[in-house]
Amino acid sequence: MTATADIVARCQTLFDDLHFTYAREWKAAVPGRKVVGYMPFYVPRELIHAAGALPLGVLGGGDQLEVIHGDAYYQSYICRIPRSTVELGVTGRLDFVDGMLFPSICDVIRNLSGMWKIMFPKVKSRYFDVPQNFRNDVGGEFYINELNELRDMLAELGGRAVGDDAIRASIALYNENRRLVRDVYALRSKQPWKTPSAEVYLLMRAGMILAVEEHNRLLSEYLAAAPQEDRPRRDNSRVVVTGVFCEQPPLNLIKSIELSGCYIVDDDFMLVNRWERSDVPVEGDPIRNLALAYLHDSGDTSAKYEPDQKKKGLYLVDAVKRSGAEGVIFAAPSFCDPALLERPMLQSVLAAHGVPYIAFKYAENSGQMQPIREQAGTFADSIKLWSEQ
Amino acid sequence: MSAMPVTEAVKEQSMLKQKEMIAANYELLATAREAGRKVVSTFVPGNLNELMMCFDVVNNLPEINAIQNGMRKKTGGYIMEAEKRGHSEDVCTYVKADIGAIAKGNLGPDGRPLPDPDLLLLSYTGCFTFMKWFELLRQQYKCETAMLHVPYEGDGKASKNMRDYVVKQLKEEVIPKLERVSGVKFDIDRLRQYLRESAKAEENFVWVLESAKKRPSPIDAYFGGVYYIGPIFTAFRGTADATEYYRLLRQEIEQRVADGLGPITPDGEMHQERYRLVVEGPPNWTSFRDFWKMFYDEGAVVVASTYTKVGGVYDLGFRHDPEHPLESLAEYCLGCYTNRNLPSRIDLIEKYVKEYEADGLLINSIKSCNSFSAGQLLVLREIERRTGKPAAFIETDLVDPRYFSPANVKNRLESYLQMIEQKRQGATPSAAAE
Repeated sequence: MTATADIVARCQTLFDDLHFTYAREWKAAVPGRKVVGYMPFYVPRELIHAAGALPLGVLGGGDQLEVIHGDAYYQSYICRIPRSTVELGVTGRLDFVDGMLFPSICDVIRNLSGMWKIMFPKVKSRYFDVPQNFRNDVGGEFYINELNELRDMLAELGGRAVGDDAIRASIALYNENRRLVRDVYALRSKQPWKTPSAEVYLLMRAGMILAVEEHNRLLSEYLAAAPQEDRPRRDNSRVVVTGVFCEQPPLNLIKSIELSGCYIVDDDFMLVNRWERSDVPVEGDPIRNLALAYLHDSGDTSAKYEPDQKKKGLYLVDAVKRSGAEGVIFAAPSFCDPALLERPMLQSVLAAHGVPYIAFKYAENSGQMQPIREQAGTFADSIKLWSEQ
Repeated sequence: MSAMPVTEAVKEQSMLKQKEMIAANYELLATAREAGRKVVSTFVPGNLNELMMCFDVVNNLPEINAIQNGMRKKTGGYIMEAEKRGHSEDVCTYVKADIGAIAKGNLGPDGRPLPDPDLLLLSYTGCFTFMKWFELLRQQYKCETAMLHVPYEGDGKASKNMRDYVVKQLKEEVIPKLERVSGVKFDIDRLRQYLRESAKAEENFVWVLESAKKRPSPIDAYFGGVYYIGPIFTAFRGTADATEYYRLLRQEIEQRVADGLGPITPDGEMHQERYRLVVEGPPNWTSFRDFWKMFYDEGAVVVASTYTKVGGVYDLGFRHDPEHPLESLAEYCLGCYTNRNLPSRIDLIEKYVKEYEADGLLINSIKSCNSFSAGQLLVLREIERRTGKPAAFIETDLVDPRYFSPANVKNRLESYLQMIEQKRQGATPSAAAE
């Protein structure tokens, strides 16, 4: 096997393991270690790391988990990720997790934070709010205090103070992580035939589980190995996939998009991996640095308010331009308020900029890929036809 | 087949008063442009009516417009119009009813066009969809938007940080924008006066809600309750009209208590109270009267409901406080029902079941309202476990008539009432079936 295949095989093993063996072993390796789970779209993983804990991304159960108990907690018209997350919880798959963070992404995840408190009272659960006001003296002050409350919670959980120096060291590690992630995305955008999206996806998913130091090594190895691969360059269309920031599509869906003739050159699968756009300053007050990075140097997504109407949706146009994409695929989980409410606004901005798009819905356990392959294939063909006119 | 005769609903003085108030507000909206008044659109939960009144603006509430259109059976067409324009079938039907109505000329209930807003006051309280809704409206109207981010009470309480954040936003974001749009300078003493008025109305409002502890309950705290919350949750809190409305309402209910009467329904007096229920979740509006009839036909009275707390949980003691005006507004926004975490919501329902001596909990789960609906099956289990009272689940929607199935709702309700009956007789359902 080539180095790339080794790396991807490792990531695939992590992805398939719904008992989170890696995280269990990480915790068991040193007495007193803690694991803190978090849901999409963003939490400051630096603080968890600085507290000596392992941040563990909990992104639902995928298409390999049979949901039996979870369905008893949700009506049919609620998305899939909370029910498979509950399934992971009640079946004991998350019984090693000491804390859980539920970011302010939507009402379903918000309410799940309260459910977790009731269902798993021994786990320290917190709804993690982020500001929707982006002034330093308003939203910034609020967020600094929220971050400090989270720091206190983590200190209590870990039984030790979370010092500024430890946070600075963690920021440096995550800066490195984000740089490497950006490099992988840049490589894929440049040579998508050498970096299939299913591979890149698995590599990013590994970052939800692995300790950041280990993920950094893996990313570096992939960046060294992938360009060496001899893979055929296909006459695919270049697309951005958007709307996939919470409940994740089955891996087969990502493969199907590429098999249908589309190279995915940008996406919003796991925003936490590259939320801050550039390095968070390491010098100075680390909490303030994290807060300011959130306010002024972070990504855009539906769960974040855009105060300026003129800028609404331009982040997607920018992603198209930056990645040299020729079209956008809106892939939204069924019943996903953030993705589906945002979609008409984004579509009108794309239309105004002459960017073609298609849209479909999925669930994390969608099994039938043929309609998606046909839709994406037709889209890829139509892009080619238009571009040749 | 002959149609059932439609009976004229019985109207009391307070109802007529409220009708006049609503009509007057729609009149203000319809004539706002001629009168040179600025229009501010905002939401019910966390609404800042007293503050808006300080700027002489007219208050437009898209949720209320959607409800009004739902009760007039217009929302089905509006929703389909929005879906034709690319809005998903999966999302909030208030939003789609609003977007569809705008596409069709945006007529108010009086048939006159509603004016475009000069400001969208996004009180982002207890509902994620609110943010997207006003972003969508902003795209439509291209008008100024003031965002008031009200943090969610994830740990079941409002922290100092949350309160300070809301107050700062009021000072730095909301008030300056209201001043700019309206051209009126903010006067905190004027705000204090309105808040003083609010507190008076709130006192009588809570008395009315708590009258349902009596047997028989003189009110229906859900179907009747949605009328009682009207003035205090919308464009009237802080006005002398609202104070007068609640004074009248209380007087009427006091009389009903003295006479030992049950609630008034659209078909007149409800004579026998057979079941006392607590209801969680908003009602269905497109078949509101049919829905209510299913209850009163069976002698089922709702003695407490959570929907009547979306615009403030006053029965837990909160009152607007003129001595601390902005802090009080912040406290109000933070404490609205859907901004409380799930454990707090369960505690409140448990308290209602116990204090109102209810026979059980009925959840009306709304298809397109995740803020309410996500987690309700756990609410059901917890309430059954804590109170020993049976709970049941029905599913409808806010204003999408496609999701109101009368036969299913009626069947479930009847089965539930039978379950209560069996429980009263000390029989288990299986034993009763034998």
